[in-house]
Amino acid sequence: MGFFERLTGKKSARSAKERLQLVLIHDRTDLTPTALDTLKDDLIAVISRHVEIDPANVRIDLTREGREQRLVADIPLRPTTRRRAN
Amino acid sequence: MTGTVVTITSGKGGVGKTTAVANIAVALASEGQKVVCIDGDIGLRNLDVIMGLENRIVYDIVDVVEGRCRTRQAMIRDKRLPELFLIPAAQTRDKNAVSPSDMVRLCDELRGEVDWILIDSPAGIERGFRNAVAPADRVLIVTNPEMSAVRDADRVIGLLEAEEKPAPSLIINRLNPSMVRRGDMLSVDDVYDLLRIDVIGIVPEDENVIVASNRGTPLALDGKSKAGQAFRNIARRLNGEQVPFIDLESQSLWDRLARLAGRK
Repeated sequence: MGFFERLTGKKSARSAKERLQLVLIHDRTDLTPTALDTLKDDLIAVISRHVEIDPANVRIDLTREGREQRLVADIPLRPTTRRRAN
Repeated sequence: MTGTVVTITSGKGGVGKTTAVANIAVALASEGQKVVCIDGDIGLRNLDVIMGLENRIVYDIVDVVEGRCRTRQAMIRDKRLPELFLIPAAQTRDKNAVSPSDMVRLCDELRGEVDWILIDSPAGIERGFRNAVAPADRVLIVTNPEMSAVRDADRVIGLLEAEEKPAPSLIINRLNPSMVRRGDMLSVDDVYDLLRIDVIGIVPEDENVIVASNRGTPLALDGKSKAGQAFRNIARRLNGEQVPFIDLESQSLWDRLARLAGRK
């Protein structure tokens, strides 16, 4: 066991796999982390026009199933504390 | 006879494409099948030296495509296996001397004469790669259990998907079992999990590959080395046989003794 490995407690093959998982998702979709952030902001803006959401807890993830990529959005809605006029 | 065109490619250079082509070809030909290899790496030919046929070249693929010789004349017969042939790449021309439709035409002509046409693709994803995959019935992607090779393999798989080519199969080359056991190399399962295509071969790292290339006699010709065995198994799987993978993960007696003695 090398010094670095003892320090981090992580085998290098595991780092390789985790790094590749992220790199491949972005290579396959052409979506950089920055582009994903922009997409998230746009999505929040559009959905907020229709329902009240909790923008701080919106999550957008790219997931894979086999060789297929999927964009998964989790958008929590605000409890409707709807004040009636009058 | 209706020959099958198999293209071996990788994206990244130096992962063992040429070695794979030479060894699979030798393995198929030693089972009595008629095989022609085409070196698709125009300007950087190498399959001739790996097969030990560099001194016999008279005509090359560009001569065939440009009509300076008949296809037959550019097919160099192997020294050891009379059913094995090589059509070498041109060394002094550039990759644009051959087009994808030239390759399709050449392979259609060869299909009538041989069982297998193996194409050694150049690295990269440009013209040479497109030439190599244009006529392919099957594509084998060679990768190493290593970051950049896996990433480039994924890119090539994506390009083949986009072109609606038949689903490729994977050769994981240069696997070092003791590094995998130490957790310092991606395992076969890791690579499969990342790329998710059918695995047709797992070839261990083997010093004999260098020795074989020094001599110009592909490994699969001799019975002993594990890498040679792995390449012969790939040839059998291409033929539709169900062949179990060699057990590379289990430890050798020496490894176990060394571990007991606290050396590992």
